[in-house]
Amino acid sequence: MLRAKHRTGLVFFPAFDWAISPTHPERQERLLYTQDQIFEEGLFDIEGITEFKPDLVTLKDIQRVHFCVPDVWTVTTESHFISAGGAKTIGMAVLDQRIDRGFALVRPPGHHAMRVVHGSRGFCNINIEAVMIEYLRQAYGIDKVAIVDTDCHHGDGTQDIYWHDPDTLFISIHQDGRTLYPGSGFPNELGGVNAIGKTINIPLPPHTSEEGFLYAIQNIVLPILDDFKPDIIINSAGQDNHYTDPLTNMNFSAQGYAKLTALLQPDIAVLEGGYAIEGALPYVNVGIVLALAGVDFSRVKEPDYDPERIRQSAAVSRTIAKIGEDVLELWEQRDEIHSQIPDRTGIHERQRRIFYDTDRIFESQIEWIKACPDCAGALRIDSNSDRGLHILAVHIPRKACRACKDLGYQWYASAKPKRFDMIFMQDRTEDKFLKRPPP
Amino acid sequence: MIIGLDVGGTHTDVVLLGEGGLLKAAKVPTDDSDLFRTVLRGLTEISEGIAPPSIQRIVLSTTLTTNAIVQNKIPPVGMIVSAGPGIDPEYFRTNASYYAVSGAIDHRGREIEPLNPGEITRIARQFQREGIRHVGVVSKFSIRNATHELQMCEILRASFDKVFMGHRISGNLNFARRIATTFLNTAVYPIHKAFYRAMQKSLSTKGLMLPIRILKADGGNMKFEASMDFPGQTILSGPAASVLGAMAFCAEKADTLVMDIGGTTTDMAVLIHRDPVLNPLGIELGGYKTLIRSLETLSIGLGGDSAVKLVNGELQVGPERSGPAMAYGGPQPTPTDALRVLGDLKTGDHAKAVRGLKPLAQALGLPVTAVAAQILAISSQTILSAAQQLIDRINGKPVYTVHELKEGYVVRPKTILVLGGPAPYFARHLAQLSNYKVIVVPRWQVANAIGAALARTTCEVTFLADTERRVAVAPEESFSRRIPADFDAAAAEQTALELLREKAIARGANPEHMETEVLESMQFNMVRGFSTIGKNFRVKVQLKPGLIQGYNKVIAQLAQGAEAHEQGAGR
Ligand SMILES: [Zn+2]
Ligand SMILES: [Zn+2]
Repeated sequence: MLRAKHRTGLVFFPAFDWAISPTHPERQERLLYTQDQIFEEGLFDIEGITEFKPDLVTLKDIQRVHFCVPDVWTVTTESHFISAGGAKTIGMAVLDQRIDRGFALVRPPGHHAMRVVHGSRGFCNINIEAVMIEYLRQAYGIDKVAIVDTDCHHGDGTQDIYWHDPDTLFISIHQDGRTLYPGSGFPNELGGVNAIGKTINIPLPPHTSEEGFLYAIQNIVLPILDDFKPDIIINSAGQDNHYTDPLTNMNFSAQGYAKLTALLQPDIAVLEGGYAIEGALPYVNVGIVLALAGVDFSRVKEPDYDPERIRQSAAVSRTIAKIGEDVLELWEQRDEIHSQIPDRTGIHERQRRIFYDTDRIFESQIEWIKACPDCAGALRIDSNSDRGLHILAVHIPRKACRACKDLGYQWYASAKPKRFDMIFMQDRTEDKFLKRPPP
Repeated sequence: MIIGLDVGGTHTDVVLLGEGGLLKAAKVPTDDSDLFRTVLRGLTEISEGIAPPSIQRIVLSTTLTTNAIVQNKIPPVGMIVSAGPGIDPEYFRTNASYYAVSGAIDHRGREIEPLNPGEITRIARQFQREGIRHVGVVSKFSIRNATHELQMCEILRASFDKVFMGHRISGNLNFARRIATTFLNTAVYPIHKAFYRAMQKSLSTKGLMLPIRILKADGGNMKFEASMDFPGQTILSGPAASVLGAMAFCAEKADTLVMDIGGTTTDMAVLIHRDPVLNPLGIELGGYKTLIRSLETLSIGLGGDSAVKLVNGELQVGPERSGPAMAYGGPQPTPTDALRVLGDLKTGDHAKAVRGLKPLAQALGLPVTAVAAQILAISSQTILSAAQQLIDRINGKPVYTVHELKEGYVVRPKTILVLGGPAPYFARHLAQLSNYKVIVVPRWQVANAIGAALARTTCEVTFLADTERRVAVAPEESFSRRIPADFDAAAAEQTALELLREKAIARGANPEHMETEVLESMQFNMVRGFSTIGKNFRVKVQLKPGLIQGYNKVIAQLAQGAEAHEQGAGR
């Protein structure tokens, strides 16, 4: 009889009645064949694999992470509450020790959603991993978290949310941003002044196959994780690196994903992208579940799988080895890089333009972070969208020092109501969300 | 007139129902080593003095196949499975003569690797050398495309008595369960066939020429002839008989918990507005997870005859049973003895019951009556928490649409219907410990046999259409047809319902009173690139379990004298 080596939990929520639009890749049909394969393989019958019904996240769970403009209801649908809820359900089950590991096989995805949300970017509205992580930090007191994003697209939303957080290590492995949406995710994106080095980007060249991905995990990701020693490891398990994915140019496979999962051993995996819904997802998802559970996955292969045909070139291997050296060097030198920043106690400003491709919104942002040796620093964001909404948002981090907390409240209180449509504040030290004028 | 018979662990109950109500009831002891004689004795007793032509229907719920599986008294069978990519089929091995062969079908029913006929022929010769007469063949995704199973069957048919094919068993996906279920069907087939053939013969010598009907685990019946292809469906029909026996007394617009408190176990189920909740996938028996449709039931090892003992200074009831209660000459104290001590139960030897509880009372430093009360409180509490578990399990069942998650029905029973031997005595204790209204099912001692008698025929059809492949299939029905590109949801539902009617009549349903139901109807646009290339329809329809038409008077007559216990209603 089949028995899982690790007690593994699964939330399966295919949202068979939800789509961005009828022919959009993020549509009802996306997990249909995955469901068929999972059911036919009888994964939920394996001793030690448990299926959970997703909880819904609350408004507070979302506001702990996001500034939604004008409000949460406007930028989300019920399905977002459920997919984030599915991740939360798995997270709770892991921390309650009902399971050793879990996988939230849910849609819609979340890793392109940033802290400020004016609409949908890269099919994402709210960042389901971040909503789960911040809930778990609040409810269970976990501290150090590592997120390894193995979606083919750069996890720019997650990167944005954790840019200033020294307790969250964010590693994204993705197809080189010069060749794919969203166009970011280069090794020199290292994190903000208070969290230098805690953002790690590993861009891989197009046509990377099993060899390259597993090389990156073994030689770059695992050593860094060993160093960082997180309380939990989250895998943003996008599946669009597959050799048949219609949106990307990589050569990864079901066997590859299963081996990656077995190497990484994440506590929690959360589905992100993946749009080869017939030829890839059914097999990749079965592979990931079996690998999490510690069950033999050696025969899980796509019908047309031929490792020779998708093998990466020597040039690709060389490029990856070089990127690995660069990334590891940056990781080793993170304290030194920080010490070379001229102003290590002042306020640092960053200006950005953010495009919401799915909803076709342009956002202009100015961000101010208090460089602080004692905490993640108070953060102030001035955000303006071409839909005409202008907000000011203040974030006081979870372990803010007294000075940063005071600064946050000062920013919030002194913002001029005439200049902004809304003024928001997240005070994570008291798990509070504030709004001016009050609702 | 109708005869219903339910074989239980210790007794077999038989009833004779007429339009006016319960005409006759009988109880005969069950002899597990000779079920044939047990059943025949029950039928003979109940039909004594009745003119054979006036009996229109006989429904049997037996433990024949269940016992064969649990006690592993099954003849050798051969199994051939073809898996393709995925979990190694070796993990699903059911028996020694089990072979995994080449060939693969994908999730949409496309062949990705052909079968190798030579391989099947070689295995067939091996089976023959081993003296195997019955074979099961199963391929992964055979319910999307049965070609490989049909090919295997074709090769084997001439050389074996019977070949069972996986796709005929259930429209549900689950390869491992399809293998296990096919195996069980193949294994119990000869026993089942011999038993009912002989039964039919014996009855016909008594002038009872009508076809026997057999109760299934989902609370429906099927004609004996139809059961030959699905003998496995007759396993674990006992709990279904009880639920049907209680069904007539459920509120029409509320949820009800049904509990059958027996000697060794308590079985429970839930009814939503008189419809029993079904297990979504299939029943589990003797370590086999199957695709056999059944009621969602929970069984705990606690009944009137459960042994009571002290474990680390605390009273423990069950799960073992050492024999009857001490009041009836048994070896160990039981809840029945507690009932006798308190005077709830008027029969049995009071002195022996007291003697049974005395050592427990001494060890706990309590009067015997206090211990008796504790035993009943613990038993009732255990039953109530199991019931809560069942309710949580039903409400915790995952759903896959936003609509169902937001609007899904939440089961909240307020009433318990109890039946089984000690039912009326437990009812008061259950009511005192909970907020439930507790009602004793009328004729609680034989309600299970009444349930079997009044069971409808049930069946289910799964229908799939794929307009890109231009094919519609209903695997269990051996139905496969070309469809036009504009095939739509209405056509899908209509075809499924037609197939259901056909199947139901063949299984023995009354064509005049068929309560069909669409369980599921989903439609997906299949998009490749940015254009729609087809639609995928998935429809599930069923004939609901329930009671047959025309016996309302029976139920009305039975309902007289139903007794309700509400919280605080006891002494
Ligand atoms: Zn992606
Ligand atoms: Zn600070």
